[in-house]
Amino acid sequence: MSDTPQDFKESAFVRFLRATEVDTRLLGMIGALILIWLGFHFYGHFVNGYGAFLTPRNLWNLSVQTSSIAVMATGMVLVIVTRHIDLSVGSLLGFSAMIMGVMQVWILPQYLGLGHPAIWPITVLVGIAFGAMVGAFQGFLIAYLNIPAFIVTLGGLLIWRGASYLVARGETIAPVDETFALIGGGPFGTIGATGSWILGVIVVLGILFLLYSGRQQRKRFDFPTRPLWAEFLLGGVGTVVVLGAVMVMNAYPWPKGIVKKYAAANDIVVPEGGLFISHGFAFPILIAIAVGIAMTFLATRTRFGRYVFAIGGNPEAAELAGINTKKMTMLIFALMGALTGIAAVIASARLKSATLALGQFDELYVIAAAVIGGTSFAGGIGTIYGAILGALVMQSLQSGMVLIGFDSSIQQMVVGGVLVVAVFLDNLYRRNSV
Amino acid sequence: MENNNQTPLVELKDISIAFGGVHAVDKASCELYPGEVVGLLGHNGAGKSTLIKILSGAYTRDSGQIFIDGKEAAITNPRQAKGYGIETIYQTLALADNVDAAANLYLGREILTRWGTLDDAAMEAETRKVMNRLNPNFTRFKDPVKQLSGGQRQSVAIARAIHFNARILIMDEPTAALGPAETEQVGQLIKQLKQDGIGIFLISHDIHDVFDLADRVVVMKNGAVVGSAHTSDVTKDEVLGMIILGKCPPGATPGPGAAQE
Repeated sequence: MSDTPQDFKESAFVRFLRATEVDTRLLGMIGALILIWLGFHFYGHFVNGYGAFLTPRNLWNLSVQTSSIAVMATGMVLVIVTRHIDLSVGSLLGFSAMIMGVMQVWILPQYLGLGHPAIWPITVLVGIAFGAMVGAFQGFLIAYLNIPAFIVTLGGLLIWRGASYLVARGETIAPVDETFALIGGGPFGTIGATGSWILGVIVVLGILFLLYSGRQQRKRFDFPTRPLWAEFLLGGVGTVVVLGAVMVMNAYPWPKGIVKKYAAANDIVVPEGGLFISHGFAFPILIAIAVGIAMTFLATRTRFGRYVFAIGGNPEAAELAGINTKKMTMLIFALMGALTGIAAVIASARLKSATLALGQFDELYVIAAAVIGGTSFAGGIGTIYGAILGALVMQSLQSGMVLIGFDSSIQQMVVGGVLVVAVFLDNLYRRNSV
Repeated sequence: MENNNQTPLVELKDISIAFGGVHAVDKASCELYPGEVVGLLGHNGAGKSTLIKILSGAYTRDSGQIFIDGKEAAITNPRQAKGYGIETIYQTLALADNVDAAANLYLGREILTRWGTLDDAAMEAETRKVMNRLNPNFTRFKDPVKQLSGGQRQSVAIARAIHFNARILIMDEPTAALGPAETEQVGQLIKQLKQDGIGIFLISHDIHDVFDLADRVVVMKNGAVVGSAHTSDVTKDEVLGMIILGKCPPGATPGPGAAQE
């Protein structure tokens, strides 16, 4: 490293990166993701005669399947950044889902009546609050009683799984409240074509506004700004990606049977070639995006986030700087628990039931997503968007292998191998960048 | 320097702390007056860093009292110490390595926007001003401090301590990581801060670092205070005798840790 960068002869690529201020890691991950997508698609195309991966249907499903892991991975980033670990999220997801199942199937209908409109919001609140409470309790044990997070949450992994068995005596609780089930996606659990377009336009405007206000802010303090072409490029790429996503989601129509039922119920005559009703964005992915934005804001724009990273970088220094590190640890685990509660809502709504196995092994996928997304076990390093991309990579591998017909034993081996290789590549990257 | 008719800025009285069975600090007392530089000397393990960490709130004492401006002060954590205007530059610098200079400078005292979010731009602008004064060669404001040189990291730690109107400054081996030019700069800075009426504890195991800068020296050995002396009343060799043998020369006021003859 040198203080005088003009000493180097810079390649066009390096200059491009410097101008756009795009993180090379991010580019690497997007590159990997594109490779995985193209790889599965063309493998299917040439070997099985049908490329099923890059179809609206698969991408839509992929977005829904990724959501629950992505929501939890954003919290796991903060946990791992502060040099802890949470092994209990899978079991806690199952337990929260079970509590919510009991709440909306056994308890609330007794008092409110079946299908009462207040059932789903009460259930969701109870689930999230319950997750947060359990998380806070685990955080308390870790922070104030000095029990290592690995042990506390390993205990939690067993305890909460066992507890959810006790709650329902091992039964599957179904069917969940109909409105609640919409949160899990499905043809009706979406915002439709028009809604997706409106949302897409809002997001594009948001991106453009952020670029603009960032530039104004830098000018205000006379900091160097990006060249104009780079600003336009970033804005353009953002717009294309967002609107592209809208088009893909809208290109996946409702299945014929559902259309027929829907048409019959609403007195619509189905025309000759069938009725094309778009899915649009599903609720789970919208929740995941909202959580991602909120968590990014929390991690980068607030005191809380700043302290998380400072604690991760040097716990002793953070304490000496006057940060209440014990309270922070407890809050971080409470937040992880609340996010697990949200993930439990998505997962059980998607299954339309609370089963005993719900969330099993999720802790491993969540940790893997965070780590593939660049969160370092040494502490202090990690990004929310990285973890979300990591979740997408994991899920793409998983469902890609299902699509091309890999055996489930092979699937596990590939996922495990990818995790180890990803961390190795990450180490290489870091060694070269510092 | 005549301090007798003044209230001390800091008075540490009979401070003791033990870790397990080891009495790291045993009934240590010392004072610091406004505008005074006190060199706290002793071998590694003499208890000077521990004593000072009690003042800065990093450790909680087992017994003894701390007086600030003559009034007893409750200091049990770093936040309380900062509340009394006590700022510390630790030997380890205590920087969060993974964030940039501005984040470290404002750690625990961030500037917020009116919406309660971090005002990074304002913090960076303010940091640029401070660092320009302290170390004009410092330009790497965007890099995590891990990537900075020892001297640059030290300037960040110093900037953090003096930026928030410290009244009492504790510097634990402040020049350990510095070259001759930077050491000279720190010396200048200490003189300037002293003129502003700030009381400074200068901790070192090397007498040459502090003898010329300090008004007074307090020597510790095996957790106890050997004695204190105005630097005008004793020679370097006599102070060395205090550090090594615990022997109090005639010009010094003996403490409980002085060797009995």
